[in-house]
Amino acid sequence: MSATLSESESKRLLSNFGVPFLPETLATNSAQAVEFSLGFAGPFALKLCGSNIAHKSERGLVCLGVSGAESIRRTCQQLLDAARPEDNATGVLIAPMATGLREFIAGISVDPVFGPTVVFGLGGVLAEAIADVTVRLAPLRRYDAIDMLHSLRSQSLFGSFRSETPIDLDALADLLCALSKASSEIPDLVSIDLNPVMIVDGLPVALDALVEVGTHAVSA
Amino acid sequence: MISAEHFKALFDPRSIVVAGASTHPGKFGFVALHNILSCGYGGNVYATNRERAEVLGLQTYADLTEIPDGVVDLVFVCTPASTNPELLRQAAAKGIRAAFIASAGYGESGEDGKELQHQLVELADELNLLIVGPNGQGLVSTPSKLCAQIVAPYPPAGRIGIASQSGNFVSSFMNLSRQSGVGVSRAISVGNAAQVGVIDMLEFYADDPETAVGLVYLEGVANGREFADRLAAVCRRMPVVIVKGGASGSGAKAAASHTGSLATDDRVFDGMCRQVGATRAASIAEAFDAAAAFATLPAPAGPRLAIVTTVGGWGVLAADATATTNLELVDVPSDLRSRLDGLLPPRWSRNNPIDLAGGETKDTVPDVLEAVVGHSEIDAVLVLGMGIQSNQGKLEREGPFYPDHGLERIVNFHDRQDSRYVDVAMQASATSGTPVLIASELSIADPTNAAVSAVRGAGRYCFPSAERAVKALHFMHERERWLKSFEIEPTSTN
Repeated sequence: MSATLSESESKRLLSNFGVPFLPETLATNSAQAVEFSLGFAGPFALKLCGSNIAHKSERGLVCLGVSGAESIRRTCQQLLDAARPEDNATGVLIAPMATGLREFIAGISVDPVFGPTVVFGLGGVLAEAIADVTVRLAPLRRYDAIDMLHSLRSQSLFGSFRSETPIDLDALADLLCALSKASSEIPDLVSIDLNPVMIVDGLPVALDALVEVGTHAVSA
Repeated sequence: MISAEHFKALFDPRSIVVAGASTHPGKFGFVALHNILSCGYGGNVYATNRERAEVLGLQTYADLTEIPDGVVDLVFVCTPASTNPELLRQAAAKGIRAAFIASAGYGESGEDGKELQHQLVELADELNLLIVGPNGQGLVSTPSKLCAQIVAPYPPAGRIGIASQSGNFVSSFMNLSRQSGVGVSRAISVGNAAQVGVIDMLEFYADDPETAVGLVYLEGVANGREFADRLAAVCRRMPVVIVKGGASGSGAKAAASHTGSLATDDRVFDGMCRQVGATRAASIAEAFDAAAAFATLPAPAGPRLAIVTTVGGWGVLAADATATTNLELVDVPSDLRSRLDGLLPPRWSRNNPIDLAGGETKDTVPDVLEAVVGHSEIDAVLVLGMGIQSNQGKLEREGPFYPDHGLERIVNFHDRQDSRYVDVAMQASATSGTPVLIASELSIADPTNAAVSAVRGAGRYCFPSAERAVKALHFMHERERWLKSFEIEPTSTN
């Protein structure tokens, strides 16, 4: 048996290991969301956050491109009102929207034969069809992290793709090393999913995170 | 505990006994004895047969209790599974340290067989006996001229150590060894790998002075993490080339029924290989190319490749082949270019590939090879077009005009020139420590060709094509890069 941490808990846990995320806050009421928004240019992404929310997008619990205090307040309240008891909702996550053309996926998954592995691949809507994914056993050496990047077939995305800034490969390797570290230190880890990891101004930032741990670790 | 002495008993036994020798030439118990007696093994050979029948001129014993004490190290077992526990006890009592078990009827044949196999391992552990198999095809050990297997061929001596989960691929690799002349030190089919498996063999090879490279066919591993850690330790000491069956979904299904392997995502296995420094080849041919390269060539100091070709087309395709590798087709260094200007007609390519444009005096090729191989800014050299002169010579020698019209003289000259070119290249490689790869389909089309024979005579591998040579060199460079990475980063950062 396993259980997932909420997005907010997942991110807090992983940022301790150096996984880069956007600045965000978990608002328990709409005033907090508005207050947070004042520090940024916007627009903002708002998501209902809880440890047991299935089909987040299908249920309309992810709102993108929200700007202006009034609409942030309204959206936040709508999301809080939409929460069902089984969601274990803890609030609404609000973060400034990130824009970038290049998306990757990264994570930890446990192979039945080889144990914990670090996974890195091309993200975005065509990712499944293109299936450009590379895997290494955790823990990684930095050499392995760099080698993972070079193992991807979609190398041309790393340069100044469609006039975007070239990707800082050291920063991307840092992210993979951070996942590797997390995999050795989080007790009873089942999986980590960072999807997407967006490249913003050449640097990777994880827009979503999901950590799954064995129930033993949760109750402990 | 299984120790180095057990493996010594397996691969270099003082004497050997075949249990279950048969008078029927179609039976394993006949073939195994035949092969041991036929390939020059120097120790005493004993055999058991229930009726004490004479087999291949050898007087057999009824069972192991009748053979001399303390002189036999290895028993090759061809007897039915049900009789093997008693046989192992008798073997241990005679001081035998290792058993190769060819008998079937174990883990590969269902639940009862699995139980028998489990009991066999427990017994072997208790008797301090190394057992390989069951359900294996045998082993080869050229330092002892030992061909203890129920299949062919017996390969030439050399430095490749083969370990395989499928006996047939041991044969495949050894057939390629015979064809190319690049020899084998040890080869073993681990069968069901009940007590020891491929990784145990690789650990022995890594410490074995006779073996320079491990060549492996694998379908699956049981304890992946332990396998990876042990393989990483082996790869620090010796290159290992792996072909893995079951890379696709349907291949994995076939592997599960063949060796009972658990399916793992092929990308995990692939990443593991890169991480632990093992060379993963896509096919048996590619694997043998890589193993032959590791076994016979000095390691490249870097990625800078020069291609020398006597005529254009070959160089073009070879250059194309480098595009998907980590090798760099470097510009011809300016001092080398000036030197080549002095040796070649003005129409030479003046670029890499270095195309000699057919502009040759009898010393052009050797002079160019000497200039290129060992240049400080070139890490490896691929030579194409060797053997074409003697190939024409062959046509002339076999034609209706030979030996008249001056043909005898020119044909001999062609042969001498081709072998001289190769000798010069090999000599320059030995002096400079720069790997020189010679590629020609003549290695398959006409192994008697003067250039091909000269490569073989130098103990090197004549690659069947430029693409295959480039791929093998790519693997060598990958390994060098991996080895060097430990100088700056010994272990994981976690």
